[in-house]
Amino acid sequence: MAKNLYQKIWDDHVVRQLDSGQYQLFIALHLIHEVTSPQAFGMLKDKGLKVAYPGRTFATVDHIIPTDDQSRPLADEMAEKMIQVLSDATSEAGIEFFPPESGSQGIVHVVGPELGLTQPGMTICCGDSHTSTHGAFGCIALGIGTSQVRDVLASQTIAMDPLKVRRIRVEGALQPGVSAKDVILHIIRTLGVNGGVGYAYEYAGSTISNMSMEERMTVCNMSIEGGARCGYINPDDTTFAYLRGRERVPEGDAFDVAVGKWRAYASDEDAKFDDEVVIEARDIRPTVTWGVTPGQAISVEENVPDPDHAEGLDKSLISDALNYMQLTANQPIKGTKIDVAFIGSCTNGRLSDFREVARLIEGRKVAKNVKAIAVPGSEKVDKAARALGLHTIFEQAGFEWRKPGCSMCLAMNPDKLVGDEVCASSSNRNFIGRQGSPTGRTILMSPIMVAAAAIEGAVADVRTTFNLEQTS
Amino acid sequence: MSEMEKISGTGVYVQGNDIDTDRIIPARFLKCVTFDELGPSLFHDVRFDEQGNTKSHILDNPNYKGAQILISDANFGCGSSREHAPQAIQKFGLKAVVAGSFAEIFHGNCTTLGIPCVTMEKSDREKLARLTLDDPSADIIIDIKALKLVCANNIFDIQMKASAREAFLANSYDPLDTLLVAAADVAQTAKRLGY
Ligand code: SF4
Repeated sequence: MAKNLYQKIWDDHVVRQLDSGQYQLFIALHLIHEVTSPQAFGMLKDKGLKVAYPGRTFATVDHIIPTDDQSRPLADEMAEKMIQVLSDATSEAGIEFFPPESGSQGIVHVVGPELGLTQPGMTICCGDSHTSTHGAFGCIALGIGTSQVRDVLASQTIAMDPLKVRRIRVEGALQPGVSAKDVILHIIRTLGVNGGVGYAYEYAGSTISNMSMEERMTVCNMSIEGGARCGYINPDDTTFAYLRGRERVPEGDAFDVAVGKWRAYASDEDAKFDDEVVIEARDIRPTVTWGVTPGQAISVEENVPDPDHAEGLDKSLISDALNYMQLTANQPIKGTKIDVAFIGSCTNGRLSDFREVARLIEGRKVAKNVKAIAVPGSEKVDKAARALGLHTIFEQAGFEWRKPGCSMCLAMNPDKLVGDEVCASSSNRNFIGRQGSPTGRTILMSPIMVAAAAIEGAVADVRTTFNLEQTS
Repeated sequence: MSEMEKISGTGVYVQGNDIDTDRIIPARFLKCVTFDELGPSLFHDVRFDEQGNTKSHILDNPNYKGAQILISDANFGCGSSREHAPQAIQKFGLKAVVAGSFAEIFHGNCTTLGIPCVTMEKSDREKLARLTLDDPSADIIIDIKALKLVCANNIFDIQMKASAREAFLANSYDPLDTLLVAAADVAQTAKRLGY
């Protein structure tokens, strides 16, 4: 019977059905970091359990690591303690750990793919909701809570209900100035922040197949913002070309054998889906959020909504969000002043993100009063960017070029908004208080849109700021 | 009878759709290596201003002190996978959550910790919220077996994810022991897949 990728991987990795009706699912790759995992090692200890498959778990530090001075011990005692606990626990269990200065440290969802740990056909878990990123390689990649991190450490399995699968086909060519980030913001805007509950999203169609692996990761990364439990893209030649030669990927003949296996996981031509949505690439514009959920997004050409045109709870949601953002109903989003510009995170902190931006900002200057920071997603991204001289282009334009980490994506390291600052951000969440100040305001957008905002000092249309050729 | 079959207590209604885990527990409180101290920080930034003064949030209203059932609206617990969110809810003293719908990772985390997540039709849920607003001392009973919620002489239908309900009724909502039993099958699966 024809199957989609989700069903193939699921069927392969199910160990058995449990009495509750859930299934016990084998986890091929487990990634951990300092925020959600130290407690899990504590839980194991309490129960007198050992890590069952230490070779299938890999650890790094990303959330709490400062991006300026990373020398140990860290100035923040609790941050230092978290790293120390992770470091001790992994070495005791025989788990490989990539700390700063190892050459492989970085945001967990940047590190897995670039090392080639992430491979098609895998079930992947991490105590982090953006684990969905790894789905770009054709994986079932699930964010889990700490008790489940404990389950994976102790048994290499989790208990789970099967998901439905919605295929989202994006078709056609993207217009100039429109990035992968706009594609996913547009999808979330269209289907809603809880439109994906109960689903795995399969992203398909010509727009997606024409994307690079880094663009695909940007799309899959934000599946969770659309409420989906995970998102994936079928593995193809682009996937295999990306993986060839990576540190943890088989070489020579073994690589060809692996490719044969990986290719077979792609959804069959006549596979069935529980739902299907088609999106036309030409309808997608550079997109920005105006509110406090990733679904509260509009194209940069539009005006923010008017609560008087909404009903019930929607009315209060819109007016609360506008109040919080200090925006007035119906005003254009373009021109909204910004204080901070942030390029980085597991959504958009990869080499191609910085390369694209560098190409545009070369010779331009960040507006006075805007604090602009560029934070590579990993030590490898940092190294590759430096080798290309990208950091110099950023610095000459007025950006600070930082050390790798989650940085200003969330408020667990020294990079934070202050007061009600407005941040043009390439990250994935604009929740109230997300960037460290309980009154801070986040506007999500693509890295090149952040660059345009940084230069203009306000939300801007990347197409006009950088004279990108328009087609229509 | 499973200890989880019936849950009773008073309720507190925290209004809003799409209440995310950053709101339930802001990221700066995630700096910890155990979950023990999280209770007081539940919903911190909506309860306190930057100086730590109370903003008179409903959770701090003395009439709702000791409430055990949290009532909210649609898409509760969206956002991050942090188990710190349900841990904070539990450590604060809340035993169950009633909402319009739940984000999935949050739902899974709650179930494992023994916090039933229950959904109700919108009109019923609004009525329940109103009952607790009118009378903070109104007792609520959530009957997981019968899938009913009783409050002030009203009987409402409730829904629960089937596997979660089964697990609560069988007292096996923490799956670890069940997962460990199958170690040999797990090894077999790993071998079959070449991992
Ligand atoms: S970059 Fe942001 S979203 Fe990604 S793992 Fe770090 S904190 Fe989470």
